[in-house]
Amino acid sequence: MQGDAILDALRERFGAAVVETHAHRGDHTAVVTRQALPDVLRHCRDDAGLAFDVLMDLTAVDYSRFPGREDGPRFEVVYHLYSIRHNHRLRLKTRVDEDDPVVPTAVGLWPIADWLEREVWDMFGVRFEGHPDLRRLLLYEEFSGHPLRKDYPINRRQPLIGPRV
Amino acid sequence: MGVGSFFTTKLDEAIGWARKYSIFQYPFVTACCGMEYMATACSHYDIDRFGAGLPRFSPRQADVLFVVGTISHKMAPVLKRIYDQMTEPKWVVAFGVCTCTGGFYDNYATVQGIDTIIPVDVYIPGCPPRPESVIDGLMKLQEKIAAGAQRF
Repeated sequence: MQGDAILDALRERFGAAVVETHAHRGDHTAVVTRQALPDVLRHCRDDAGLAFDVLMDLTAVDYSRFPGREDGPRFEVVYHLYSIRHNHRLRLKTRVDEDDPVVPTAVGLWPIADWLEREVWDMFGVRFEGHPDLRRLLLYEEFSGHPLRKDYPINRRQPLIGPRV
Repeated sequence: MGVGSFFTTKLDEAIGWARKYSIFQYPFVTACCGMEYMATACSHYDIDRFGAGLPRFSPRQADVLFVVGTISHKMAPVLKRIYDQMTEPKWVVAFGVCTCTGGFYDNYATVQGIDTIIPVDVYIPGCPPRPESVIDGLMKLQEKIAAGAQRF
């Protein structure tokens, strides 16, 4: 399916839950509300015409210092989907506020989301509701803060950790 | 000076001399400095001339720990354990600026100098250090070993 047709199909099915769509040089993006996200993801995976069977990447962006978006929702969680069957791609985004950075988990749909969501929690402090084991992935438990947030001081010192027993 | 102290002094000297030409290093290689370490170890620069030609890939059989490359906070406990596993006498060489001070990685992930974790005998700066500076550092370490300077 062509990218524009994918976006049309999503808009038609989910209506107002699709907040915004855009296409840039062949990359098609849909921004959906957090409430609709599990349904949209499940539809993307299970619909025969879409059949996004691979979650290629799950990451986040901190827009707190992005020109023109300082006041808006702080985080954007980004899903990159790929369909092996149809050889097409889609980028899905959802926006969350700083005081409530919670997104429903996608572990039940794509098992790879397990580690990707743990990484996003580790780096951005965005929590994933329903995740079976939301621990830090790359950093260690003694680490305080989330280093890819824009307000994390670049040279903050963290406690050294000794050998694990 | 009595005969006894003359004997022990000369014995220490002999042991120091022997030790400085039989360095078995453990290369703890984590980053790009490893390439420079390999260049130094291979035939062109040939650290075998200094008796350091045989790296042992077990800390229990090594007496010099070469820390080569950036050490992250998550790697720090591993490095500490490797150091603890080495038998005495043991020496540590910090190879490259990342191990000396953290280098330009002034960020959340990097240990700001391995001397915050383990004692260091010789610092070899450079990003990465030229083989000549590595050999210079090795010779300084040899002097230290021959003088019997060790910490244990």
